Amino acid sequence: MTQHINYLAKLAAQGKLGRREFLGKAAAVGVSTAAAGSLLSSAAMAEGPKKGGKLIAGLGGGESTNSLDPATFLTQVSHDFGKCWGETLVEVSRIGEINFRLAESIEPSADAKTWHFTIRKGVEFHNGKTVTAQDVLKTMQRHSGEDTKSGALGVMRNIESMKADGDVFSVTLKTANADLPYLMSDYHLIIQPDGGMDAPDAGIGTGPYKVTVNEPGVRHVGERNPNYWDPSRGHADQVEIVVLNDATARTAALQGGQVHMINRVEPKVADLLERVPGIQVRSVSGRGHYVFLMHCNTAPFDNNDLRLALKYAIDREEMVDKILRGYGSVGNDMPINGGYPLFSEDIEQRTFDPDKAKFHYKKSGHDGPVLLRTAGTAFAGAVDAAQLFQQSAAKCGITLDVKREPDDGYWTEVWNKQPFSASYWGGSRPVQDQMYSTAYLSTADWNDTRFFRPDFDKLLIEARGELDQAKRIALYREMGVMVRDEGGVIVPMFNDFIAAVSDKVAGYEDDPSGEMMNGFALAKTWLA
Amino acid sequence: MGHPILNLVAQRIALGLLLLFLASGLIFIGTQILPGDVAQSILGQSATPEAVANLRKELGLNDPAYVRYFKWLAGVLQGDLGTALSNGKSIAEGISSRLQNTLFLASWAAALSVPLAVVLGLLAVQYRNRWPDKLISGVSLASISLPEFFIGYLLIYFVSVQLGWFPSVAILNETMTLGEKLNAIALPVVVLTMVVLAHMMRMTRAAILNVMQSAYIETAELKGLNPFTVIRKHAFPNAIAPIVNVVMINLAYLVVGVVIVEVIFVYPGMGQYLVDHVSKRDVPVVQACALIFASVYISLNIIADIVSIVANPRLRHPK
Repeated sequence: MTQHINYLAKLAAQGKLGRREFLGKAAAVGVSTAAAGSLLSSAAMAEGPKKGGKLIAGLGGGESTNSLDPATFLTQVSHDFGKCWGETLVEVSRIGEINFRLAESIEPSADAKTWHFTIRKGVEFHNGKTVTAQDVLKTMQRHSGEDTKSGALGVMRNIESMKADGDVFSVTLKTANADLPYLMSDYHLIIQPDGGMDAPDAGIGTGPYKVTVNEPGVRHVGERNPNYWDPSRGHADQVEIVVLNDATARTAALQGGQVHMINRVEPKVADLLERVPGIQVRSVSGRGHYVFLMHCNTAPFDNNDLRLALKYAIDREEMVDKILRGYGSVGNDMPINGGYPLFSEDIEQRTFDPDKAKFHYKKSGHDGPVLLRTAGTAFAGAVDAAQLFQQSAAKCGITLDVKREPDDGYWTEVWNKQPFSASYWGGSRPVQDQMYSTAYLSTADWNDTRFFRPDFDKLLIEARGELDQAKRIALYREMGVMVRDEGGVIVPMFNDFIAAVSDKVAGYEDDPSGEMMNGFALAKTWLA
Repeated sequence: MGHPILNLVAQRIALGLLLLFLASGLIFIGTQILPGDVAQSILGQSATPEAVANLRKELGLNDPAYVRYFKWLAGVLQGDLGTALSNGKSIAEGISSRLQNTLFLASWAAALSVPLAVVLGLLAVQYRNRWPDKLISGVSLASISLPEFFIGYLLIYFVSVQLGWFPSVAILNETMTLGEKLNAIALPVVVLTMVVLAHMMRMTRAAILNVMQSAYIETAELKGLNPFTVIRKHAFPNAIAPIVNVVMINLAYLVVGVVIVEVIFVYPGMGQYLVDHVSKRDVPVVQACALIFASVYISLNIIADIVSIVANPRLRHPK
């Protein structure tokens, strides 16, 4: 019978059997609609991409203040639309490998300090110009200059010098970094003609779609770039992103058939949406995580026993259950999980343990309530999570005062300023080095736990330049354990990215790097 | 007779301009009190201190606040709204399409709700305290009592998702025909109508009922005029002033107060545009939007005042 259904799915994918008809036949032999839908999509995948049509995504996370200048990209919609019209030198694949895009090969020096990127030949920008190493150099200069406002500046800071020679673009680093190609996949580093120096927001790139309509906060439309170099992308005639910031509006638009896919499905409706015929919920566990941050240099959190007491006083399973409704996994008080390369699975999982919490709390000598600041914007469910934390801490004899701060201004006034607050990390950093360098290095701008440990910094620099995998894994393990046992971060959970996709769409693959196939959904999928 | 009215109009407009000036000052002060600034908000959580400093310099945020305010004011007096700090686009361009959308939605909602409210008000008076009156009042009061987002979601669920009659996303673009545009905004128009209907309908009913107690209405009835003629010719002209006032307040609401409806139906109007820029601390855009909103309120109120005076012979011919 399975074979029969598979055969029917294949027919449907080839268009010889109506979709509705197929679902009806599948239901008649007891295959649920959801299962039939996924059969259909895998059959469609096997049939290969179909050209044509208009693919529409309804996305939350766009604002009328968005610009097409990649240096200013911050919201999800800019990020996703950027992946329609622009390309970077390399990308990180679904399994964490480097995919060559505008660079066709990479050659590091033995000490991992100098890197040569050979630029792919014959690729054209939307304005007809051919991509050269000079364009790449100018782009990188624009993102790393003294007066840049680029969101990629943090990535670029370690660069000592850059040059373009023929079709090779070379970078020399101040300190060795074995992960440089990963850093070059940063979504801000879209290669623009002449680096976008004259017209940073022109929206001219090398991507599979050309920008035709750009109404920030409303909609963005692209049409197929006929000269695109890679036949495995850009299947639809047109793609459109409709900005739908209201979660209910997104769901309704998908159910009403106005859009083909939506992002940021709320965990509480994901189960219900899964039962709707013709819609698949796609959830993928990623590297994004929710955190409670303690400043290691500010009383009372300068006492590691108090930090440990709080780490033992949080019920991670309950958080995953109630805040994420199961769409996520427990955290282990370090910012790294299995979604990162070179992760050590053998680090012991910390669990809710009132006895240990009481022990460390007593040892810390702290008395009186501890103030935790939270806000709706800190992460989805942050206020509820803080209250759950308050209750589990109470069972350990620790009094938590929860203060709800306004969303507006939370990132400027509370996060990275107040000694104990809720926050999140989006998980867009594909390697451990980048995550630790961003938030746990003593000199990091966003060292939001005030974790100042020269021994940790030394390990980080050492691991960065280490080309021997086994040694690197050991170094990262040591660093992870250090943050877990002595750091100021409480990581109760890693959240899944939940999207919902109409079964008219084929080619959708889960990518742990980010929501909507890490922004590639419109570039890589097609209408079945 | 024109003279006192002209005086009044001139007086009102001068007062309105003064009010606009004060409003712009207040808004500016308000945005300064809010924590954070535009450079920080543009770059967001992932801002590096250098990037913030560079951006601040580029946007001229290092000038003192009053210098920035007067620079802005000088620009506006010359008709230049400036450029948005957050994305460097021209504000006039950004606002004009949003304003058109807002006015498009507001005018269709007004075209539906104002006549409906007045007619229903008249019907309610005619059948006062009988079932049509109770039905009209009951339904319209119920719809105003429900929060507008709730009505919106109900309509989306039943009309859009279940029945598929109208789209739940009301995004307009230039390539659409008028019919397609009307189809797109059908649901938000219905929601707005339900929200503003009750207020205007109840005021029409109350104002006319008030007039109906007068002796001249009794005279008209005794003359043997039919009840609708009595209302139309004798009661309505005398009740028009309070009705116009309420209508104008509701029209102003349709322009400036519909941000929730815009969000639910993803309608690209002014409200959402303003909110986005407030959260980015993009002061010039906030100022420009506030100026437009304030002008709408003030001018609609001036119209209401003038209509009440023109409609009232005692005010029209002051002694």
